[in-house]
Amino acid sequence: MLNRAQQDKVLLSAIWASATITILFLLWVIWHILSNGLSHVTWEFITTSYTRIGESSGIWSMIISTVYMVGLSLSIAAPIGIMTAIYLTEYSKPGSKVVKVIRFCTESLAGIPSIVYGLFGMTFFVTTLGLGFSILAGSLTLSMLILPVIIRTTEEALMAVPVSYREGGYALGASKIYTIWRLILPSAMPGIITSVILSIGRVIGESAPVFLTAGMVTQIPQSVLDSGRTLTVHLYKLTQELFSQSEWDQAYATATILIVLVLVLNMATKIVAARYNKASH
Amino acid sequence: MDNVISTVRTSTLPEKATKKRDWIATGFHLLFLACAMVGVLSVGTIGWFVFHEGLPAFQQAGVAQIIFGQEWLPPALFGIGPMIVASLISTFGAVIIGVPIAILTAVFLAELAPNWMANIVRPAVELLAGIPSVVYGFFGLVIIVPMIETIFNIPAGNTILAGIIVLAIMILPTVITISETSLRALPGTYKEAALALGASQIYTVFKVLIPAARSGIYTGISLGIARAIGETMAIIMVMGNAPAMPGSLLEPARSLTANIAMEMSYATGIHSSALYSTGIVLLVFIVLLNSCLLYMNRKRTY
Amino acid sequence: MNKFNINNLDLFYGETHALKNISLNIPNRQVTALIGPSGCGKSTLLRTLNRMNDLVENVKITGDVHFDGNDIYQDSDVTALRMRVGMVFQKANPFPMSIYENVAFGLKAQGNKSKDEIDAIVEESLRGAALWDEVKDRLNSDAFGLSGGQQQRLCIARAISMEPEVILMDEPTSALDPIATHKIEELMDELRKKFTIVIVTHSMNQAKRIADKTAFFWMGELVEHNDTAELFNNPVDQRTQGYVSGEFG
Repeated sequence: MLNRAQQDKVLLSAIWASATITILFLLWVIWHILSNGLSHVTWEFITTSYTRIGESSGIWSMIISTVYMVGLSLSIAAPIGIMTAIYLTEYSKPGSKVVKVIRFCTESLAGIPSIVYGLFGMTFFVTTLGLGFSILAGSLTLSMLILPVIIRTTEEALMAVPVSYREGGYALGASKIYTIWRLILPSAMPGIITSVILSIGRVIGESAPVFLTAGMVTQIPQSVLDSGRTLTVHLYKLTQELFSQSEWDQAYATATILIVLVLVLNMATKIVAARYNKASH
Repeated sequence: MDNVISTVRTSTLPEKATKKRDWIATGFHLLFLACAMVGVLSVGTIGWFVFHEGLPAFQQAGVAQIIFGQEWLPPALFGIGPMIVASLISTFGAVIIGVPIAILTAVFLAELAPNWMANIVRPAVELLAGIPSVVYGFFGLVIIVPMIETIFNIPAGNTILAGIIVLAIMILPTVITISETSLRALPGTYKEAALALGASQIYTVFKVLIPAARSGIYTGISLGIARAIGETMAIIMVMGNAPAMPGSLLEPARSLTANIAMEMSYATGIHSSALYSTGIVLLVFIVLLNSCLLYMNRKRTY
Repeated sequence: MNKFNINNLDLFYGETHALKNISLNIPNRQVTALIGPSGCGKSTLLRTLNRMNDLVENVKITGDVHFDGNDIYQDSDVTALRMRVGMVFQKANPFPMSIYENVAFGLKAQGNKSKDEIDAIVEESLRGAALWDEVKDRLNSDAFGLSGGQQQRLCIARAISMEPEVILMDEPTSALDPIATHKIEELMDELRKKFTIVIVTHSMNQAKRIADKTAFFWMGELVEHNDTAELFNNPVDQRTQGYVSGEFG
């Protein structure tokens, strides 16, 4: 048997070892992708389109599809999510049946694996509603997927707004909606922006439910009813046929761009949080 | 004067404002309520669709045939037994490897790391949480898979083991972040009290802090498990996807999620229905997982 | 001439009987102080006067509160009521916006004043709250930059910007130092000329200094109500006697 001091030593080494493993894997993943990919992220790679035969292998159309996907998903989910959060924090009676049902459903929505959203989106939006493989079908599917993120984060932000603001507003005879619009929402804005940034990350990062609903066409979508291939789906497709060096380079470069995007989004949330902390005392 | 007649009123009585203002207020109230119902409707529609589409396969092939069946040969045989096994083993393996490392890393960040180090590592871990799963899959494909080929001297490294390792890396950030948050949320008095009794720092961490933070740690673990069992693309990219029952960790296998993702785009009829029943099985696992979490966190909260 | 007539008012928070059969008249353009130990219902009563209790769940109110002869729980528009009955809270609660925007908030919520009118009222209100000279050069800076006492006077300015008839004050100086408290009390002496003031205070000295009338509450009951000097010098009820002599509370 080990005595107490020896046990402590073993556990302490286990902690240090674990932390080292985590950090090493972190660095390894990021370093491996960036070191192989950065040199291939050229202006030409970013701004040219992709053709299968290989005379042009840029990712401009994937970037456009991704942007469409992010924009459309958010313009569907953000208003609905924010207004749901307003209902939950400002209108509903805490603990009432309606709230319990809404909250249960939101949590369930968050728990459904994304592939099931793909399954559903493909049958419902693509086939039943007849939208076909399209940016619109993809965005509708993804907006359901990000809805719980937006609701929860916005709700937290709204609940963090001091009750004294609401009292102050109502005591001046301001209507509820005016108080919400002019006082509560502006106070909660940093949290709401964070929720939107998180959702952008989520939309960019998803792949399985995307190719099942928006398809994989490499052309620039002309309308929301066209199919489009997002960056993550593109990376997946590239990894299925890594034959030539050029294909390897493209895959690394695409992965690099994805990592850089995530990095930028993370920094954006940090900046919003820092501003917020400076503004509130 | 009459006796004063008391009237009972509750605070929720509508105010007799000007009609217009009343209508606007009611209008907004209904608008917000309608938005809140979208989530409810979404869950309802998804649930209804998944079950409505998945049940025919269960009816036609039989529940036992699907769940315990060993052969996946659409449109004749729809046994997803091997995929259930593959999903469970890959998730279980990832948890066995990933969770201890993650919890110890969380302890490191919350208790041991000097501030400057924690301030570098924490954002890095958060970054790792946001990296798309295809990027992890790609990393697994170009690093882990060839490594397994070399170490075990097998022709194809696309195996359950590769899946386990990639999933273990992927669940690290989730479990670390949530465990660290719950460790940090503990009142400082716990630690002080234990240290004041002469307990060592390590003893305090393992006997006081981790038990006190366990409901948060359980939540982190269950989210990690959910991420592992629901992961699709990374698994497809490294696990080989053969729908046969794997004999060892060094054989390829197909997870439930991979089954759906790979065949959904061309499946029709009963084949498509069988993919939905794959989805149902996946959902059942998620529900079981969450019930477990609820049970564990309810039983021991104080 | 009474501004408020409260008759047989009972108030329940769920099962808790927070106000028990209160009948009280609040005279126009005078300062009425509500005193009593913590939890005696004085703040609750204050919040029935502008229906702020509406924001609390499970409140049940019986009896009636007349404001200028109208039952505010029966036939009044709560928004209009709150414009006429302003409120200042225990802890200064400026909004997270500029000094100017804070004072203009209520006016803009009404939405029928021009920019020039609002500018004029903001200045007038800040002067009324004895804050104008201190902030006139930084109207657009963040209200959180003000000291605690200034923030509370800003909240008073915000309340009087609506040109209310009554100002309810819920322990407005409890979070302030003696100097800031003194300034607010001086200000109240000015305000009583134009407004009816109802103030909840835990400080008997404050009630003595500023109030014309004082009402003593004890466990949800209105025990005694009289001219301030009378109540403190010749309390009738034993509980009042005990409280004003400092035996408990």
